[in-house]
Amino acid sequence: MFDKFALLGFGPGGWGLALLQGAGITIAIALATLPFGLALGLAVALCKRADSALLRGFATVYTTIFRGVPELLTLYIIYFGLPILVQQLFALAGSTASFAIPPFLAGMVALGMVLAAFSSEVWVGALNAIHKGQREAAAALGLSNAQAFRLVVLPQLFRVALPGLGNNWMVLLKETSLVSVITLPDIMFITTRANVVTKEPFLFFGAAMAIYLVFSLISAWGVARLETRSNRGFAAFGGTTR
Amino acid sequence: MKSFVRFIAVAAFTVAGAAGALAQAPDWKEIRIGTEGAYPPFNNLNAKKELEGFEIDYANMLCEKMKVKCTWVVQDWDGIIPALLSKKYDIIIAGMNATDERKKRVDFTAVYTKTPIWAIGPKNASTDLSPAALKGKSIGVQGSTVHSNYAEKTYKDSTIRPYPTQEEANLDLLNGRLDYIIADALSLEDFLNGKGKDCCAKVAEITRDAAIHGPGVAGAVRKEDTALRDKFSAAIAESIKDGSHKKIADKYFKIPIL
Amino acid sequence: MNWCEYPGYWIGAESLQNYGCRMANGLGITLQLVAYSVSVGFVLALLLAVGRLYGPKWLRVAVSGYTTFFRGTPLLCQLFLVYYGLGQFRLFWQDVGLWWFFREPFSCALLTFTVNTAAYQAEILRGAIQSVPRGQFEGSLALGLHRWATLRLVVMPQAMILALRPLGNELIVMIKSSAVASLVTLFDLMGATRFAFARSFDLSLYLYAALIYLVLVEIVRRVWERFELRLTRHMALR
Repeated sequence: MFDKFALLGFGPGGWGLALLQGAGITIAIALATLPFGLALGLAVALCKRADSALLRGFATVYTTIFRGVPELLTLYIIYFGLPILVQQLFALAGSTASFAIPPFLAGMVALGMVLAAFSSEVWVGALNAIHKGQREAAAALGLSNAQAFRLVVLPQLFRVALPGLGNNWMVLLKETSLVSVITLPDIMFITTRANVVTKEPFLFFGAAMAIYLVFSLISAWGVARLETRSNRGFAAFGGTTR
Repeated sequence: MKSFVRFIAVAAFTVAGAAGALAQAPDWKEIRIGTEGAYPPFNNLNAKKELEGFEIDYANMLCEKMKVKCTWVVQDWDGIIPALLSKKYDIIIAGMNATDERKKRVDFTAVYTKTPIWAIGPKNASTDLSPAALKGKSIGVQGSTVHSNYAEKTYKDSTIRPYPTQEEANLDLLNGRLDYIIADALSLEDFLNGKGKDCCAKVAEITRDAAIHGPGVAGAVRKEDTALRDKFSAAIAESIKDGSHKKIADKYFKIPIL
Repeated sequence: MNWCEYPGYWIGAESLQNYGCRMANGLGITLQLVAYSVSVGFVLALLLAVGRLYGPKWLRVAVSGYTTFFRGTPLLCQLFLVYYGLGQFRLFWQDVGLWWFFREPFSCALLTFTVNTAAYQAEILRGAIQSVPRGQFEGSLALGLHRWATLRLVVMPQAMILALRPLGNELIVMIKSSAVASLVTLFDLMGATRFAFARSFDLSLYLYAALIYLVLVEIVRRVWERFELRLTRHMALR
């Protein structure tokens, strides 16, 4: 029994260090994707509420595509499809230069674009929740549209959107397990490799699950802390924030 | 908003930089080799995340012979040909059989391994492997391999079950969900001597069907890279002639692999 | 020619014509998996949500442990542990007469998806029930309705309106996540596409699969929108 657990250790033949490094990759890709995906999601949300029908149409098509296509396929298309396409374009232009996307960037872009599609829904809800009167008041005070957005809407937006964005983050954390198909040695990648060598699937899949669970628990705690913090100005009203 | 714009600028720059850095004239002084890293004893990662196995030692030896610098890239099996075509590496050394179907997309070097194909099953399994006898039975194979193609074509009335790796197929035979497994003798031998000792045994050897299985395992290159293909083929031929192939093979296998 | 070969024939894609029927079968498996697991999961989720909110302490702790576990770990790992993990105890399942269930990859995938989506749906329902103002509950009790009647007649109808949109999202997520079923040898849409790709090495097959998923998700979304409009037609602010 203890022999088995030595496989998860840090001694010779132990996969502990490799798993920890995999966990590092998982966290790194999730953290790198988050700001990119959320910012893009906010941009898409603003397009959805724009006056221009063109922008609204673009936003709708964008969310339809990236919500609808499975993440794995998005990843494949960006990592394998895009370079082939670009090379064909190069070839048309008579150049033999090759084009490649580093796997980390490909993973970040693919997951970020999906995150943007899902988080834009949350952003739209939050934007709707901020009373129109606030923006009118800002305009009356002489603030430009951009200033009103940056100084009045944005600070409040985060508080309202936080629970939804927290869910998006949890989903993202687990979706990073897909990047193992594009050569990034994340938790899942190490787990499958360790499994074929040691032939102890339950030990390693169990360990992987435990690591993801720890990340989720830490995230849940962190989101709860953030919520308390961002709601602190509202608690004074006796908790009837709605 | 400002930091977002800056972020996009940095990301765009990174893409452009990567495109420039990897533009390489094919004089083949440096070769990137793609492998799966999940197919022991041919190629697998160890706990230190280093590649090991017969194909790793063998290809490194070939590189020494050709006096080129080789680097390895680990890629999941499902994406191994797309990654070659999108130039993530230049050659695949990953236990890939040189089949006609694959030849439509890639070119193959000379063959460096040709192993027997076995069917295994529970100890009391019938040795009659005719399609009629296996009607309604479950046959486990590794997905996207010559063995799954063979099973699909031969056993039309049986349930073919494709697993992501051979390991999972073995596990399911042990669990009693499968009636037979068809695979490479070398990847089955380990299982029959280890975990599968009490439950399972070799049922029969399967005759190679050239149209499905191809002539054997070879390196795969992009169709336009004929110079690279010939370079490797020459080195493989030389290694077989001077006995260096056999030396490495004997280190890993008890049965001849060519 | 079978009907499922026509789409490939019409657009002149040889590989889609060759594997169209396999992909159509795969789509059928995907639809079955999602429809069964989401609907059974919904019933389970109702029980879990009510248990989590109104049950005794031990039940509340148990339910919250359940949802944390299934929401906190990847579906792929869960499926793997159910299929290979529970599959190891063949003698036990044969003794209790359940081996027919655990023998089949389809039923194992169905079980995993059901318990997984139940955890997500339970959290959605809990949030929705909690955001029904407390006064509604108190008012209903004051009118002499029993606790269960209050829940069923007053709280749930309002909670369901709130829960509808996230439940629709969960359905969409399940359609896409069901692609992991191909890892336990099921030929769902993803499995069939993988198979077709391994034979033809035609990357565009993945694009066609993406398109099918896209259409499927869009149909669900449209139907759900209709559904929502209908359920909220009595509400003034629309």
